[in-house]
Amino acid sequence: MAFLDTEDRAPRKTVIGRMIIGLVVGLVFMIPYITMMIGSLKTQAEILQIPPNYLPQDGAQWSNYVSMWDTPETPVPYNLVSTIVISVCATLLVLLVATPAAYFTARFKFPGKLAFMFLVIVTQMLQPAVLTAGLFKQMLAWNINDTWLAMILINAAFNLAFAVWIMHSFFAGVPKSIDEAAQIDGAGKWRVLFKINLPLVWPGIVTAVIFTFVSCWNEFAASLVILSTAENQPLSVALTKFVGQYATAWQYVFGVSIVAIVPVIILFAMIEKRLIGGLSAGAVK
Amino acid sequence: MSSSSLPVKAPAGRKRKRSTDNQSFLSSLPWIGPALLLILAIVVFPAGYMIYNSTRKISSVGTDLKSVGFDNFATIFSDPVLPRILLNTFFWVVSVVLITVILSLALAQFLHKPFPGRTLVRMAVVVPWAASVVMTTTVFYYGLDPNYGIFNHFFVQIGLMDEGFGWTKNAVPAMAVSVIVAIFVSIPFTTYTLLAGLQAVPTETLEAARMDGAGRWKTYIFVVLPQLRSALAVSVLINIINVFNNLPILKIMTGSIPGNDADTLMTYIFKVLQFDRRLDLSSALSVLNFAIVLVIVAIYLKTVKPMDEV
Repeated sequence: MAFLDTEDRAPRKTVIGRMIIGLVVGLVFMIPYITMMIGSLKTQAEILQIPPNYLPQDGAQWSNYVSMWDTPETPVPYNLVSTIVISVCATLLVLLVATPAAYFTARFKFPGKLAFMFLVIVTQMLQPAVLTAGLFKQMLAWNINDTWLAMILINAAFNLAFAVWIMHSFFAGVPKSIDEAAQIDGAGKWRVLFKINLPLVWPGIVTAVIFTFVSCWNEFAASLVILSTAENQPLSVALTKFVGQYATAWQYVFGVSIVAIVPVIILFAMIEKRLIGGLSAGAVK
Repeated sequence: MSSSSLPVKAPAGRKRKRSTDNQSFLSSLPWIGPALLLILAIVVFPAGYMIYNSTRKISSVGTDLKSVGFDNFATIFSDPVLPRILLNTFFWVVSVVLITVILSLALAQFLHKPFPGRTLVRMAVVVPWAASVVMTTTVFYYGLDPNYGIFNHFFVQIGLMDEGFGWTKNAVPAMAVSVIVAIFVSIPFTTYTLLAGLQAVPTETLEAARMDGAGRWKTYIFVVLPQLRSALAVSVLINIINVFNNLPILKIMTGSIPGNDADTLMTYIFKVLQFDRRLDLSSALSVLNFAIVLVIVAIYLKTVKPMDEV
């Protein structure tokens, strides 16, 4: 097997080998989600059947995907909207706040820089899960408990650290000579950041966006404590409503999960192309 | 990535550079101010509240009774199950992070090569990251059920086992499958970060190494890996923190096992809070948990220097 191929044209045998390995790798990573998909098409009785069937025997219950939007357990359409609003706003806020901080700390020295970077990494070490008691008290004091705003702020704050870090390391990889040349041409710092650096660190920004968005999309612990109204809750919390003490509507758990996964996959598919377009930019020469 | 390792070096004189590099704290505020504000407002208060609670005596219904100094810490350190829990935590973090990084390095290298359908495979690999950890773990838990679990059923049918095995019913196998699930959900992020790092490796450098007659492994170890240093350093750090603080995987996979043989600090904190209703003790444990992460990260930063940019 060719190990470090730099050219596009590899021998036919090698390419077929790669495709086979690729297929196996892809399947391995898909197994739980294929299981989820099949489960979402079974009736409730069949999911708990002993021994289990691999495929639904009474035909695929596509009606699960219709009925799950209107259940007594939780208002799924509202949950979907909540998830989208919270994740999109929090991701935008993170980008807005983290990009200048990452650029500045990667480029310049200033008093308190070490303290700031330390604070950032401390934030990364703390997770909303261990701080829910304090977060709840604080949101109550600010009178924004049980609102989207509270979750946007919490998600943004706890994902900020990673975005700053990853972008910091990408900015640090851009030679300073590029900045200096632009500054000699009379460009201000903000202009140098937006016009010169951002296009060069595109892969880093993509990584930061994906990480932040996915983490907001799937956030569970803080949402559970902060959002008490069913309509405000994201899908991650809504899912647990189907798990009952006596009977669990697994077909809905799996169906809603599939619906929750698809938008993230679409986001990734969209960004993946951009990433490939940015490949040459990422390799700073 | 250290900029001094880049092929092109700034020809400009050192003196002028230094004068533009240094900025006053005030001029840094428009750049770091918003981030600082968000962290101070949302993270610092709850963290302080956690530390405060760890020094209080709090009733099971949440009434703050009185200050007890470090009594809560004395209680948790004299807890006979603590050594086992710390050992479990150590095993959990080291095994998950180590195996994740090794597998991700190989996977990133593979997904960096061109072949038809690569985009599809990359997307399949990212699915465990896109899906919530709670859901992925639930499916594994479900599939591994000894009676109606499809994975168990499959193992029996291909002759691997005589009958369904209760993977999640005993501490040791439950811990083992939890490690596998944790690796499974950690690989996508790690691979993706490494892939972004690989894309920044200049083709010329690889060709130059080849011209010099370096073999494939040699090229990888001496040319590619150093270029991946930054991506690797960041992804290992994030993985250590995330795996250490992970609650859902172990909570779902080992939550129904009585006793503390499969507990890490995180799951133990949760149990103390949920079953014993001791906010004070769980806060003290959270402080301990945080202190341990802090020490690990400090050692890591000191030795690996992921922020070393020169």
